[in-house]
Amino acid sequence: MAPAESTGTSRQMSMVQALNTGLRKSLESDPKVLIMGEDIGKLGGVFRVTDGLQKDFGEDRVVDTPLAESGIVGTAIGLALAGYRPVVEIQFDGFVFPAYDQIVTQLAKMHARSLGYVKLPIVIRIPFGGGIGAVEHHSESPEAYFAHTAGLRVVSCSNPVDAYWMIQQAIASDDPVIFLEPKRRYWTKAEVDTAATPDPLYGSRVVRPGGACTVVAYGPMVATCLEAAAAAAEEGRELEVIDLRSLSPLDFDAVEKSVKRTGHLVVVHEAPSFLGIGAEVAATITERCFYHLEAPVLRVGGYHTPYPPSRVEEDYLPDLDRVLDAVDRSLAW
Amino acid sequence: MAVDSTDGTLFPPDSGAGPELIQLLTPEGERVEHPDYSIDLSDDEYLGLYRDLVLVRRFDAEATALQRQGELGLWASLLGQEAAQIGSGRALSPNDYVFPTYREHGVAWCRGVDPLNLLGMFRGVNHGGWDPRENNFQLYTIVIGAQTLHGVGYAMGVQRDGSDGAVVTYFGDGASSQGDVNEAFTFAAVFNAPVVFFCQNNQWAISEPTERQMKVPLYRRAAGFGFPGVRVDGNDVLACLAVTRAALARARRGEGPMLIEAFTYRMGAHTTSDDPTRYRSNAELEEWRLKDPIERLKSYLHKQGIGTPEFFAALEAESEELGKRVRNGVRTMPDPDPVSMFAHVYADSHTLVDRERAEFEAYHASFVDAGEDGH
Repeated sequence: MAPAESTGTSRQMSMVQALNTGLRKSLESDPKVLIMGEDIGKLGGVFRVTDGLQKDFGEDRVVDTPLAESGIVGTAIGLALAGYRPVVEIQFDGFVFPAYDQIVTQLAKMHARSLGYVKLPIVIRIPFGGGIGAVEHHSESPEAYFAHTAGLRVVSCSNPVDAYWMIQQAIASDDPVIFLEPKRRYWTKAEVDTAATPDPLYGSRVVRPGGACTVVAYGPMVATCLEAAAAAAEEGRELEVIDLRSLSPLDFDAVEKSVKRTGHLVVVHEAPSFLGIGAEVAATITERCFYHLEAPVLRVGGYHTPYPPSRVEEDYLPDLDRVLDAVDRSLAW
Repeated sequence: MAVDSTDGTLFPPDSGAGPELIQLLTPEGERVEHPDYSIDLSDDEYLGLYRDLVLVRRFDAEATALQRQGELGLWASLLGQEAAQIGSGRALSPNDYVFPTYREHGVAWCRGVDPLNLLGMFRGVNHGGWDPRENNFQLYTIVIGAQTLHGVGYAMGVQRDGSDGAVVTYFGDGASSQGDVNEAFTFAAVFNAPVVFFCQNNQWAISEPTERQMKVPLYRRAAGFGFPGVRVDGNDVLACLAVTRAALARARRGEGPMLIEAFTYRMGAHTTSDDPTRYRSNAELEEWRLKDPIERLKSYLHKQGIGTPEFFAALEAESEELGKRVRNGVRTMPDPDPVSMFAHVYADSHTLVDRERAEFEAYHASFVDAGEDGH
């Protein structure tokens, strides 16, 4: 990413504003782009990501739908077959499952079933993850279900700059993209230069270089890992933090390169560790870096429990201390 | 103690013979009039419908035979439902778009889809594999009812394009219980989408009768969603044609969706893997045999003196020819190259699929090398 100069094209945005601006750009540049979801029109979405878009682009392009997630994704598929590029908002992570069949059985497979004749350029935006003190079904991390499904691409932004660019890139993709937005980072701000040249959508990024241990994260956990790396630096240990950005495809090459230098790898996500993204990263990196690893790949994640009540969610979610604990264990192996 | 989950009788036993049934041709082959729906066909048009009915039945019988011979893994027969499919299929205009289940072989025929294309998935050489845009005929959908939402979405696209097309989405009596179908009704109603819901009520969802799917006659469900629903004699090709034409015209006029319940009967098994003798009676089957969609049109043609002996002889020959073409086509249908499974997972390249394809090819190439080394 080119550094954001303080120019006329650069301004402070929260992640919500960055997504809103990115969606607006896509609506402006391609008349086939539509946004569909619950409460996204007049209300502007429960997180206000679509604020003002219906007013400017009309009810036919920013569509308040009936409250039926399978219906939203199913009709989005039909619209895509008719040549449109629907962007679907699922209101919260835990509400995506009524649409699971349409996503996994219909959307993901239709391009292959047609032997490539039809394309399904659909983006499904899902605010995901915990840490906001919500009631149940509002704090989940369903990424593994979707990354496990061939035909879907899965990405997650961790900061406003990526949010601005990645949403536009996802909309431009001819494949279905599950777009995971870390809801607890919606209000973090950064300088976004709308004239910069974006990084490719499906690549990872080293967000903090270091030689002692590689720490891999995505979405909401990138900020947590950067905090951990800052704390570790005070003790004289430089962690290399990689923001995966894309979970399918997953940029193993960058992780491999880093681990071959550091010899240590910790993977962090909110989703349960068991059969999660971290398990795949661990397996693949172990294959590729077996003789470079000085310790087994360690995972820091949620537990194999339903997402807990919010009063105890801080004990479920990986935090700075749990990340550093894993780094300590890896370095002491 | 067993719970009486059926709550006594369901809706009054529904023979489909009530006054709501739209019929233009009786099972005996008599033309009758209907106050709301009429049809005026030339002799050639009558003969065209008859030809369609005969040929799709022949195609279907051939496919069933090919499954018995081990050439197809499975077949879902349309036997008995020819009139519902040809009638509705011949109501379509080229710009209209069809979202079928996996049994719409007659509609596919009307759209000009090569019958051999339909057999690929049943032979196991692809999962569909035709270009839906070529004939405006979407791939078969196996998960029950899912395609009705795709049809409504497509119709929402037609609305936005301002084009003159409309959509017909097919489903069955069992599918009417699915959430997706009910969501499709809701979306179509509130967005006033130009879509016709064509339900072939063939009385059986594998082994479950309609009484297990609904407490009111199926067509009446539309009223609760805010659009009209009608019941047509699904074994009457003329009525199916007239009613579907009217529903499509209505959709094109911007008057929104309509539900057509084609009251028909699945004369065969659900699929070749099914055994209907376990759940339904021969008497029921015999009763429906008397309502056969082809016999009634044939009877009408004979009474009216429509069609020369040469026409019927030529149709017989064409039918034989179709059977032969299907037989040979299936038997010579090549298996796909195994590496093709990696070909269309994504529209653009995906590093994981690319890597796995390379590993797959290297693995298989290793055997070729071993062979060349003299094994």
